Amino acid sequence: MRHILSILIENEAGALSRVTGLFSARGYNIDSLTVQTTEDVTMSRMTIVTHGSDDIIEQITKQLNKLVEVVKVIDLNEADHIERELMLIKVRATGKERDEMKRMADIFRGRIIDVTEKSYTIELTGPGEKLDAFIKALDPAVILETVRTGASGIGRGERILKI
Amino acid sequence: MEISGAEIVTRCLQEEGVEFVFGYPGGAVLEIYDAIFKQDKFKHVLVRHEQAAVHAADAYSRSSNKVGVALLTSGPGATNGLTGIATAYMDSIPMIVISGQVGTPMIGSDAFQEVDMVGCSRPIVKHNFLVKDVRDIAATFKKAFHIATTGRPGPVVIDIPKDVTIHKTKFEYPQSVSIRSYNPPVKGHPGQIKKAAQLLADAKRPFVYVGGGAVLGNAGPEVTELVKMLNLPCTNTLMGLGALDGTDPNFVGMLGMHGTYEANLSMQYCDLLIAIGARFDDRVISVPNQFLSQAKKIVHIDIDPSSIAKRVKVDVPIVGDVKSVVGDLVALLKETGQRPNDKALAGWWEQINEWRKPNSLLYTQDTEIIKPQFVVQKLWEVTDGQAIVTSDVGQHQMFTAQYYKFRRPRQWINSGGLGTMGFGLPAAMGAQMANPYAQVACVTGEASIQMNIQELSTCKQYHIPVKIINLNNRYLGMVRQWQEFFYGNRYSESYMDALPDFVKLAEAYGHVGMRIEKPADVEPALREAFSEKLKDRLVFLDFITDQKANVFPMVQNGKGLNQMDLPDHMRGMQQVPFENNRDYGNLC
Repeated sequence: MRHILSILIENEAGALSRVTGLFSARGYNIDSLTVQTTEDVTMSRMTIVTHGSDDIIEQITKQLNKLVEVVKVIDLNEADHIERELMLIKVRATGKERDEMKRMADIFRGRIIDVTEKSYTIELTGPGEKLDAFIKALDPAVILETVRTGASGIGRGERILKI
Repeated sequence: MEISGAEIVTRCLQEEGVEFVFGYPGGAVLEIYDAIFKQDKFKHVLVRHEQAAVHAADAYSRSSNKVGVALLTSGPGATNGLTGIATAYMDSIPMIVISGQVGTPMIGSDAFQEVDMVGCSRPIVKHNFLVKDVRDIAATFKKAFHIATTGRPGPVVIDIPKDVTIHKTKFEYPQSVSIRSYNPPVKGHPGQIKKAAQLLADAKRPFVYVGGGAVLGNAGPEVTELVKMLNLPCTNTLMGLGALDGTDPNFVGMLGMHGTYEANLSMQYCDLLIAIGARFDDRVISVPNQFLSQAKKIVHIDIDPSSIAKRVKVDVPIVGDVKSVVGDLVALLKETGQRPNDKALAGWWEQINEWRKPNSLLYTQDTEIIKPQFVVQKLWEVTDGQAIVTSDVGQHQMFTAQYYKFRRPRQWINSGGLGTMGFGLPAAMGAQMANPYAQVACVTGEASIQMNIQELSTCKQYHIPVKIINLNNRYLGMVRQWQEFFYGNRYSESYMDALPDFVKLAEAYGHVGMRIEKPADVEPALREAFSEKLKDRLVFLDFITDQKANVFPMVQNGKGLNQMDLPDHMRGMQQVPFENNRDYGNLC
């Protein structure tokens, strides 16, 4: 089953490689990983999307907690949460395709952030499925390039991950 | 006053009370070696290969509960140390490894003797540091010693670039350390301990399973008190040997792949298992499904939450320092007077004693060929069971675990997790340095000893009087045993051809060598080696042993603990409770 883990980790050189090394060494999966410093620059917040049985997820959480630089780990799936992912997608936009593409971006609440004679670059935010749906809605032939950040997640309401 | 980074390194080690540093110099650590030359608070032991430095530091830790320190140069020095670091990591040994690194401006340029030591060692350390600023050295050492020795212990690597050892700053050693992301648990949860006590009170067939965590956590006395107070049967794992005295009547022998009949069957058929500092690994319980096929409640006490529910789901997990948790459990049981039902426990003991009767470790020693078991048994007798014994890896290791009945924790030093051949001799050096007045024996084989035989030279230099018990069967014995059992006697590359004359070899290094070929000579040779006359000499005893000896019992991969291969005199014996009409529920 898919799980989304939030990790607070010391913002130190090599910390990221300890996390990724742990996943590869123990045969766990990383579906996506995002990381950036928090409002406290000595600490980073990481979001890892992974999948596995409950036993595996329990071990992943425990093994992550064992890393000296990891401050806290929570499994966002344990309660209500929100997740968002950002995609930048460059599509071919020529002739009558231009209007169609603009309409499509609007439907998905995407924003066109770069325009040339032949292409649009569209910025789209949402849960991963929404981005998938947008890609699916397009003719594969018009897609020139995509880049996605992977999911970031946060608990709903009063649920806070902080030290 | 400002002092150099190298001097700061030596001052930090002094502040931590380090007695010995095991190492080997090289370009990147020349500054540190110069600082060592100028001080006399700790001694440096020059090994002949960096792997041996790390093993020696590791065994120094294991045998003393102090922290071993190894010092390696950059590049090949550091990579030679990796096997030693992995060995310590797998067995959770607190240790500091200092490695030199090329100067900071050179890092990443593929400089001479450059290797990314932090990267190379990452999966096999508890933590590691690259110190890029001389002002960080002292705090890093403080943190490193703290991390290595607290929680579940482990090796910590400190990689120091050469320029950092040259730069100068003021030295001030931190008095305390606090790491916000690192707070290992100590006390066990009282509610969980209560549940464990209740399970003990309800148990009919309780069994205590003690691992290396009890040795590392110095919980031997607490474990012994628990076992004796309630008269519980108890087993130790390979790493736990000595936690409960091997001669204690409550001790049923080691369990696992080469465990005794009674230990393995007790493990399988108990109705309550108290696991203390043990991790249910594959060499102990074999396959989890088979192990759990007989219903039992499990209490698991361990300082590392990730050890719990890793291979086996348990009923009552207790995370905490084993000494504290078992101590609390004993105190609670005393207070409440809870104990297993006397009648049920007596019945369980009757059953275990029946399993003990055939003696699964029985062997016969004829007058012609020396049995390896016989040598270990005589070693035990000659040393009064008091020697510190190290081993390498293979049949001789298992024979030692089975036949040398370890009396106390930290007496048995072996590479359990990683299974590192070449560990024994350097480990014996480290153990002897930590225990200068103890008798130290290294039980090894003709294959293993050759993996670090160069250390005979180190032993000569520092007058390390260990006794090497070489069980020489001219085979990689354990490999040969598996080839006999599973590969149709095709002994592929497991015969040790072109062996040196070990007696002459020992003599060439300035030691005493003996070759023993007849069973009648085993005891006299051992008595001589451990005599007053040779007490200051390294003695290499080359025992020419039975080539066909196998280690029994044996639980094959994929089989259950009640599906052992048994020695000849027990072949075909049922591996179930003897009287099925006893109230054991659904057992078979």
